[in-house]
Amino acid sequence: MSFDQALPVIFMALMGASMLIYVVSDGYDLGVGMLMHRATDAEKDILVASIGPFWDANETWLVLGVGILLVAFPKAHGLVLGELYLPVVLMLIGLTLRGAAFDFRVKAKDTHKRTWDHLFFAGSTLASVAQGWMLGRYVSGFGSGWNYPLFAGAIALALPMAYVLMGATWLVMKTDGELQQKAVHWARIAWAPMVGGLVLISMATPWVSATVRERWFTLPEIIALMAIPLTTLLALLAVRGLLHTRFVRGPLCWMPFVLLVVVFLLGFLGLAYSIYPYVVIDRMTIWQAASSPAALKVILVGVLIAVPAIAGYTIFSYRVFRGKTGELKYA
Amino acid sequence: MDALILARVQFAANITFHILFPTISIGLGWVLLFFRWRWLRTRRGANALQAQGWLDAYRFWTKVFALTFALGVVSGITMSFQFGTNWPGFMERVGNIAGPLLGYEVLTAFFLEAGFLGVMLFGHGKVSERVHLMSTAFVAFGTTLSAFWILALNSWMQTPAGHEIVDGVYHVKSWFDVVFNPSFPYRFSHMVLASALTCAFLLTGLSAWQVLSGVGQRSAPRVMRAGLTLAAVLVPLQIVVGDLHGLNTLQHQPAKIAAMEGVWQTERGAPLLLFAIPDLAQRKNHYEIAVPKVASLILTHKADGEIRGMNDFPGAHPPPLPVFFAFRIMVGTGMLMLGTSWLGWWLYRRAAWQPARLPRPLLWLFAGMAFSGWVATVAGWYVTEIGRQPYIVHGLVLTADVVSAVPPSMIGLSLALYVALYLGLIVAYLAVLKYMAEKPEEVLQREAVERAVTPAGAITAPLVEEGV
Ligand code: HDD
Ligand code: HEM
Ligand code: HEM
Repeated sequence: MSFDQALPVIFMALMGASMLIYVVSDGYDLGVGMLMHRATDAEKDILVASIGPFWDANETWLVLGVGILLVAFPKAHGLVLGELYLPVVLMLIGLTLRGAAFDFRVKAKDTHKRTWDHLFFAGSTLASVAQGWMLGRYVSGFGSGWNYPLFAGAIALALPMAYVLMGATWLVMKTDGELQQKAVHWARIAWAPMVGGLVLISMATPWVSATVRERWFTLPEIIALMAIPLTTLLALLAVRGLLHTRFVRGPLCWMPFVLLVVVFLLGFLGLAYSIYPYVVIDRMTIWQAASSPAALKVILVGVLIAVPAIAGYTIFSYRVFRGKTGELKYA
Repeated sequence: MDALILARVQFAANITFHILFPTISIGLGWVLLFFRWRWLRTRRGANALQAQGWLDAYRFWTKVFALTFALGVVSGITMSFQFGTNWPGFMERVGNIAGPLLGYEVLTAFFLEAGFLGVMLFGHGKVSERVHLMSTAFVAFGTTLSAFWILALNSWMQTPAGHEIVDGVYHVKSWFDVVFNPSFPYRFSHMVLASALTCAFLLTGLSAWQVLSGVGQRSAPRVMRAGLTLAAVLVPLQIVVGDLHGLNTLQHQPAKIAAMEGVWQTERGAPLLLFAIPDLAQRKNHYEIAVPKVASLILTHKADGEIRGMNDFPGAHPPPLPVFFAFRIMVGTGMLMLGTSWLGWWLYRRAAWQPARLPRPLLWLFAGMAFSGWVATVAGWYVTEIGRQPYIVHGLVLTADVVSAVPPSMIGLSLALYVALYLGLIVAYLAVLKYMAEKPEEVLQREAVERAVTPAGAITAPLVEEGV
């Protein structure tokens, strides 16, 4: 493979990576947003404070992911966003409501705070459900037939659950005291639906797509590939187990969150394996969709310079705001 | 209605909503840096009250910034989808040029802003003053950088350069020529000045409102002085840059100038139309109020200079009515800004910078002009963008050729949803600004102390300094 031919692969990997970072990082934000209505008024403030310094940077990964799709795979961009037009609009409206409510709630009149909190919850939920639907439509190659919407619908419910679990474990890590106790409880509730959703997706994806079926269920690949679901299962069981120990409220409070990040990573690898080398499964390969190597090279230079810097100040920011949100002091 | 019209209206609605917030945050970031720096310089000095004034100003305007920035970000996310959803053909044709410019905007500007915003807003006490000041500077720089990239792209769409077309595909010959295309220097300086002015009038107007509503916030007199000074210095500059911008446009987009000036027939010594109603169907103006020869004088700097009329560009000139009026609204607002800022600055200085001594109508004028920057900016963009029609890339690609195939009903539905959302948010934004501005000083102080003790949910970092 020449370098010019490898370029689309590199950009596919970059796009995948930024989408993964988006899903993980905005996933916990959105999850926290969906937990808002279960918290007391005082706790709501802490919930919001725990994601306050990060949510903007988290959303920027979505801009980068879509940007790469637009810039590197213009033909796929039109196809994908054309198919997903309405859910994209709904997601954007959800994200807008979430982002606006986030800031308005502490600045508006006290009597309006409630309303903004509701909008914060509603926006987070709408965005998550829309993303789930889009994921479902995307992995099943935008097929038509009665089973496809059913499949997308199931994922539209499962992804928010995964986000809630992420959000709850984020709170386990970032809070203490009674709120932490509650967060453990929330995490336990969200665990089962999330796992159920994951199992469902793993079974349904091969069912709706013949390509995926062939990829996974042939010997000898299946033996090597089993590592992915098995590790995922172990990680999920470990999360469950941890949630029932007292260490999770002590020195191991970061563990469930980190394990979930691993789960997302594995799920992503599995998905990538199912889909590669297609951008749109069974319809368009990455080489068919890519723009000219010259333009891609120009962007690659920027990526190589900018990404280390971005990583640098992201780490800086997480370090500045490390520790429990309860310890956030301004003096 | 067909998909083209709907897609255009939707794009226009989204970007109009978006630009309201960048115009404020680009200017305000630098202003906050200034406030903070002034406070750092004065806090150890003899005049404790002065230092406190800068700190109060910083605190209050940081909240405004956070609110504005948040709306800028969320509407910007929508924008980044709009190119693909509304103009899929755009990227397919000129993606080799537009792609890298948009890519660099995300990589260099958006991540910089977003990465340091958290530290800027919440980082007090967690990082040193120096690191905090630097974070603020990075955020301000990031906003300006994003204007740089997006305007490079927009200017290229107006005055394309540095590319070649091989077999119908656009390739870049020189990135330098693409970025620094003929209209870019004018557009970038005009836009950055527009942002600074929008911010300056907001500073002045909201402070005047605080004085009028009698809450007596300590920072108001100081902020008003800063805003008025900024405006008084920058408006003349903006007018000069605007004039140069017009000359540049005459050279590269004569059809746009013809529409702006309402000139149908090519003529020498064209009059300046103060008012008219250009009529596309009859290809003539109604109700003209004209000053002879002045348009030629302004645009060619010769009383009988030639200005080409729209009839010279059959089928390839913009609809004159919106361009003509938007241009007059912008320039009119600019003149109003000039008068207000100069008169206001002079009177305020005579009043020894004491707002209470100013005549109340003047304060009302300031308050009324608080959002004049929005009016001029949006009007200016309408001149630029509608003036480019029927092209999306001037002279090369027609807007109609790149429109998406999404069914009109879907675009219509999403348009309705967006517009409802945006109207709601603008109303909320204005209401919250008003509410924040009217909070009495004691409440602000109490909040600052309370929040420092209980850290919950603070958006803007309140900070309690030793001995304050
Ligand atoms: C002259 C300035 C200007 C103009 C013409 C535009 N923007 Fe913008 N944009 C900014 C100036 C800006 C900014 C100052 O950088 C923002 C706004 C408020 C803010 O907080 O950042 C921003 C935010 C912003 C964001 C969120 C960035 C983040 O996550 O931090 C996106 C994705 C876009 N914009 C995209 C666009 C697109 C696709 C545009 C054109 C069609 C556009 N903007 C026009
Ligand atoms: C920020 C202020 C801006 C405003 C208020 C604005 C306004 C508008 C308006 C009113 C239209 C519709 C014109 C018509 O169809 O008659 C339009 C179209 C368009 N603008 Fe802008 N615009 C802005 C910035 C930009 C920037 C920065 C870009 C690109 C980098 C851009 C790209 C486009 C495109 C692609 C179209 C669609 C084609 C068209 O209908 O003209 N705009 N804009
Ligand atoms: C009063 C004198 C002014 C003159 C002569 C002037 C001139 C111009 C011209 C000729 C254009 C169109 C450029 C083109 O696309 O060909 C323009 C655009 C614009 N104007 Fe002005 N302008 C003035 C004042 C202002 C003020 C006070 C503001 C805002 C505070 C403003 C904001 C804008 C913006 C945002 C644009 C669109 C972006 C751009 O093309 O740079 N202008 N102006």
